[in-house]
Amino acid sequence: MIKKWVQRFYLFLIILFLYAPIGTLIVLSFNNSRTSVKWGGFSLKWYQQLFESKTILAALGNTLLLALLSAIFATILGTLAAIAIYHMKKRRQSICMSIVNIPMLNAEIVTGIAFMLLFISVGNLLSIFGIHFEMGFGTVLIGHITFNLPYVVLSVMPKLKQLNLSMYEAALDLGAGEGQAFFRIVLPDIMPGVLSGFLLSFTMSLDDFVITHFVKGLGADTLSTLIYSELRKGIKPEMYALSTIMFLAVFVVLMLVNLSPQKHIKEEQYR
Amino acid sequence: MYKKSLSYPYLVWAAAFIIIPLLFIVYYGLTDRSGAFTLENLMAITTAEHSKALFLSLLLSLVSTAICLLLAYPLALILSNSKLGRSGFIIFLFILPMWMNFLLRTLAWVVLLDTNGVLDTLFKTLGLPRFKIINTPAAIVFGMVYDFLPFMILPIYNVISKIDINVINAARDLGANSFQTLYKVIFPLSLPGVISGITMVFVPSLTTFVISTLLGGGKILLIGNVIEQEFMKGTSWHVGSGLSLVLMLFIIISMVLSSKYDNGEGNVL
Repeated sequence: MIKKWVQRFYLFLIILFLYAPIGTLIVLSFNNSRTSVKWGGFSLKWYQQLFESKTILAALGNTLLLALLSAIFATILGTLAAIAIYHMKKRRQSICMSIVNIPMLNAEIVTGIAFMLLFISVGNLLSIFGIHFEMGFGTVLIGHITFNLPYVVLSVMPKLKQLNLSMYEAALDLGAGEGQAFFRIVLPDIMPGVLSGFLLSFTMSLDDFVITHFVKGLGADTLSTLIYSELRKGIKPEMYALSTIMFLAVFVVLMLVNLSPQKHIKEEQYR
Repeated sequence: MYKKSLSYPYLVWAAAFIIIPLLFIVYYGLTDRSGAFTLENLMAITTAEHSKALFLSLLLSLVSTAICLLLAYPLALILSNSKLGRSGFIIFLFILPMWMNFLLRTLAWVVLLDTNGVLDTLFKTLGLPRFKIINTPAAIVFGMVYDFLPFMILPIYNVISKIDINVINAARDLGANSFQTLYKVIFPLSLPGVISGITMVFVPSLTTFVISTLLGGGKILLIGNVIEQEFMKGTSWHVGSGLSLVLMLFIIISMVLSSKYDNGEGNVL
């Protein structure tokens, strides 16, 4: 009995540790007073100021567009790659899987500076031919697609392993073209994996700071990079409001992922 | 559909944006401004300022990893034993923070730890000594533990919850007490999870520059900060790349160590 109480208490303490800081931010976002330690009454003014700020709204637009585009591209490219890798011979397969895993296992700062060196060198090379190229939205998009790819491949792969190949062959026998057989037989079967790969990519892209920081160049601020430059100047209460909204958004997306049939995929990718 | 050509778009992408960028780091790290081969950029780590940063990074990330392990292991045991863990929702509670924007999670600790911040004021009203740890290495450890704890909880929980209950029952039948069962049966079986948790906390803590910038007040330089400044303040890309190569060496060592223990069981996919 005592043991059970001790266990419950321990769980409670860790939950407190994990959520108290987030809770504090949420409470402060409704605080009328500017300082973090005095309660000046309930107010929505920080939310109002947040939505009146053009820079924040532009960054929000960039962030969402990036997340959407990078998730779409990574899902298409990653699904094709997963299918191809799944049918490779063992040796080649393991080499390909190691390459797939690099962006996930490598330190973000190393991936970030590697991209930066690549893009700046390409820019220098192109300027010899009189072509102007500099880092911006496009380079950030390339970066996001690249670090999203492993999550898509790792989500689709287990679904391919469960796939019944005779169904596909039967479809071919019955006169379906290869494309038809793929879209009507294979794709519906691996769809849960494709979908969770997409959602994972979307959240990873939303959350990214380090890689964006190195490849964004002068323009193309996302919410993360904006928060970083604001934080270095000092904390503005608008940031609390922004945190609250982003926490809620992630919560909703995660609930959707968890309600989808392939429940444990995001836990598995961290193994 | 299963034609080889399907893999070409991905292989081209991987070559252009995974392999070639890494080769750029190797090239810049091993050459000087004129393009001649040199080991100077690697040796830059031995200067007092850089080696101090590397040492501090190693120290703080080891401390954070140890704290995460000490907090997460009992938690994973409790979760996998109790009926609570089976509901799924409580597991969800522990991994949810992992998905929250990590700048904002760090911001939360700035607010809590700041001088005249939430905790400081709380301590003052309670008549306790002032709570001034912002801009110290301790604050950075707080941030690291908070940001990366879920990465430790999850793999350990996954491995422990898959241990066959019969193995544990057999140990008890053969006369082991609960401590012996834990130490001789459960712990060895959970090693793959422990190891992958350690890598997943150690690598990001070792290489972070954000946590140290925000919680260290810009005065405490970790190796990540040094590299970031070499690139973003335009000091020297060559030195920055050289230092990154040294850093990658530590990452590779920790990965080789982890794959040695990872006998395939840790890999569910």
